[in-house]
Amino acid sequence: MRQPYIPSQATATTVERTEEGTMIINMGPQHPSTHGVLRIVCELEGETIVHSECIIGYLHTGMEKEAEYLQYHKCIPMTDRMDYLSANNNNLAFVLPVEKILGIEIPPRGQYLRILLCELSRVASHLVWLGTHLLDLGGMTIFFYTFREREKILDLFEMMSGVRMMPSWICVGGLRGDMPEGWEARLRALLKELPPALDEMEDIVTNNPIFMERAKGVGVVTTEECFALGVSGPSIRATGLAWDIRKSNPYSGYEQFDFQIPTATNGDVYDRYLVRMAELRESIKILQQAIDGLPGGEINTSDRKVTPPPRGEIDSSMESLIHWFKIHTEGFRPPVGEAYVPIESPKGELGFYIVSDGSSRPFRMHTRAPSFMNLQALAKMAKGRLIADMVAIIGSLDIVLGEIDR
Amino acid sequence: MSPPNRRSLKTKLVSPHKFMETEILQTDGVENAERMELTRVRERFPDALNDTYEFRGDLWLYIRRDNLLEVCQFLRDELHYLYMCDVLGLDWLAKWEEGEKAKRFEVVYNLYSPVTFQRLLLKVEVDEGESLPSVTGIWEGANFPEREVYDLYGIPFDNHPNLKRILTPEDWVGHPLRKDYPLGGEEIPFAQDSFGPAIQDMTHPHAGESFDGRTGTEEVSGR
Repeated sequence: MRQPYIPSQATATTVERTEEGTMIINMGPQHPSTHGVLRIVCELEGETIVHSECIIGYLHTGMEKEAEYLQYHKCIPMTDRMDYLSANNNNLAFVLPVEKILGIEIPPRGQYLRILLCELSRVASHLVWLGTHLLDLGGMTIFFYTFREREKILDLFEMMSGVRMMPSWICVGGLRGDMPEGWEARLRALLKELPPALDEMEDIVTNNPIFMERAKGVGVVTTEECFALGVSGPSIRATGLAWDIRKSNPYSGYEQFDFQIPTATNGDVYDRYLVRMAELRESIKILQQAIDGLPGGEINTSDRKVTPPPRGEIDSSMESLIHWFKIHTEGFRPPVGEAYVPIESPKGELGFYIVSDGSSRPFRMHTRAPSFMNLQALAKMAKGRLIADMVAIIGSLDIVLGEIDR
Repeated sequence: MSPPNRRSLKTKLVSPHKFMETEILQTDGVENAERMELTRVRERFPDALNDTYEFRGDLWLYIRRDNLLEVCQFLRDELHYLYMCDVLGLDWLAKWEEGEKAKRFEVVYNLYSPVTFQRLLLKVEVDEGESLPSVTGIWEGANFPEREVYDLYGIPFDNHPNLKRILTPEDWVGHPLRKDYPLGGEEIPFAQDSFGPAIQDMTHPHAGESFDGRTGTEEVSGR
């Protein structure tokens, strides 16, 4: 039973009239469908959006400033908090340019483990997107299905690193540790369970008439507009362009994997859904290949200036002890240089622009956050649509405010 | 409902978008595409290039401020840098004060070509109080990042459609990512009218770095 409608309590947003007869409505920052603290000021003519403007910054915590005061390895836990739904991708994106400046290579096993973590993160992130997107549109059922599967992935992260959402397990020079005993078996079991679970979700959503009504033809953008606005990731692939950084500029050994880039043609909310669902299956393919072909050997680079020596060596070798101390107190000093390495995060192109001045702390760390750039397309997508479509469009962009505001 | 179309990267790139058809023929067979861009820019705008910088395979072009817009237009229209990736600022306060750099700030434009999959980074030097022309007329997507640079560094952009603070509140004082802006930004009062030990270090970035040859002296902050 619903509570009776009481107008005085229901008007939580302020409404203002302009001289042209349009109405200005403020959506957020506490609106549940804005996925965080996004505020949108909409100018409405009746129910149609004439103009909208995003107001962000409510979560701004100055992470880029903070990074200038932290040694490189201490920046990594901060990057988890940016896109908190796919923390491993953020770790990798931070680590890659630092490794590029240092000029070090990661052994194949380390690269494969990184890919395993990143693809698991991608699946977890897409599952959260699916659950919350459909929840915004009024379909609550799917939320439980997706979070059930996501829990299994978080369990894997917990097994490996002890932390569920913010593992910080990828570090400069490799990973903090190898996978624990029993992890592989759990992962293989998960890879068997995921495809039927996805089938189940697609059965509920794909042909659902209510969802199709809310999603088809809503929030359309073209490839050209996406380029101009800096939109990347599934949103640009839904317009028909098969551009995926894992294929176009491979990093961390993605060129060795066989997977496809799902695309769709219309560039609307529904196509973005199709692309992400197909991406989930491609991620499972990559995970399967990575766990089957996992090479043996070291996971970290052999450069002792970057990677701490194994614990056992410290008892017998003075040099190892010195290296251990130096790394954990002073850190390491990359040469003077600048680097930017983009990766394909679940949201789009994610990259850190690192400037090293030769000290043990970054002179400048700048995050190229995919959600920040993708959000620019919101006004264009929503123009001329109904106010109810705004919720569908925000959901389909898959934004994370932690990353936008940093 | 049929599954979405899955096409490979190659086949898709020669398809419907008009702006993509021409360039593929030109860039195939060019061994070092980065060099090609450098020579093309140098040929077309002999005065525009101040300097270049190469590091681990990436190329930076130092563009003169006055030529920025035409170089960007050229890169977009003829070299197919269609994708506006990012704009960010750098503050070289210490080097500027020592006279190593003529201008205090640098603004980096991060451009990407979805045709050749190449990246090109432009750098423009700008001094305190100077403004830059906005590239929002060329790439609409420069809107948010330019606002971010304006907000965090205080570099204004001419002809920007909506130049106001984006990450900090509108009434914020100062530009947080400048090197002379203290971390924390506010004085935190302690008892007996002191402001805590850390605030002195914080006003000088990279000062008091532990184990930096100053171990055992009073300068060590114990970080």
